[in-house]
Amino acid sequence: MAQRRRLEVQEKGEVTIVRFVDRKILDESNIQELGQELFQLVEEENRKNLLLDFTNVEFLSSAALGKLITLDKKVKLHGGRLKLSGIRPQIYEVFAITKLNKLFDIKDDEADALAAF
Amino acid sequence: MSQPSWAWSADLNIPSAYAAGKSVIDQLLAALRRAQWTEHEIFGVHLAVEEALVNAIRHGNGLDENKTVSVHFRLAPDRLRVEISDEGTGFDPKQLPDPTETDNIECPCGRGVLLMRNFMNRVEYNDRGNRVVMEKERDGKRASA
Repeated sequence: MAQRRRLEVQEKGEVTIVRFVDRKILDESNIQELGQELFQLVEEENRKNLLLDFTNVEFLSSAALGKLITLDKKVKLHGGRLKLSGIRPQIYEVFAITKLNKLFDIKDDEADALAAF
Repeated sequence: MSQPSWAWSADLNIPSAYAAGKSVIDQLLAALRRAQWTEHEIFGVHLAVEEALVNAIRHGNGLDENKTVSVHFRLAPDRLRVEISDEGTGFDPKQLPDPTETDNIECPCGRGVLLMRNFMNRVEYNDRGNRVVMEKERDGKRASA
């Protein structure tokens, strides 16, 4: 079983729910580790449908956004789907400024996101 | 001419390491909280200064701990001024591709300066592009990016 330090992973039917351990996603070395753990879910564990739950996240930097964009590409390449949920208003503002709210499928909460797969 | 009276100020020279940058930000956030800035204001300043510091440490000085990043904070009751400079060759912010355009939206880089411009009222680089000055006014109108 994969060792994870930055993520908590839960199976729900055909969807893998991913929760972030860190409240603040900004430390560069943590972001590298976070990216590796996210990519591993797709590339090594062949998980198709990912739901990223941001309920715990209070802060994230542009470097973290970069990892999410790369993850989105990898999920699409593997024929899967990626959805985001539980994004608090300040974090959503970051997605809106960067127009990444158009790139990502963002739902209000986990239940909405699960229903949309 | 009287000098402005700052509620808090700091002049710091740090090595080009992320941990040193974190310490600088912690000092700034503590000062903003003491001055009773709102959580939304603090969030925006935190993000802008984080992005500018990471740019200076990583892109400017290439994570070379022998190179210094200079940071100057000036906090007044109604505004904050931040100046960050590195020892790098600089860059031309006008040459940065717009990361919000369709062709660039899937590019994983290039959003830091965009966020800085949106969360601060003023963001200006020197001609060489290795020093940025940012200002945030409390309850001020956001400057166009």
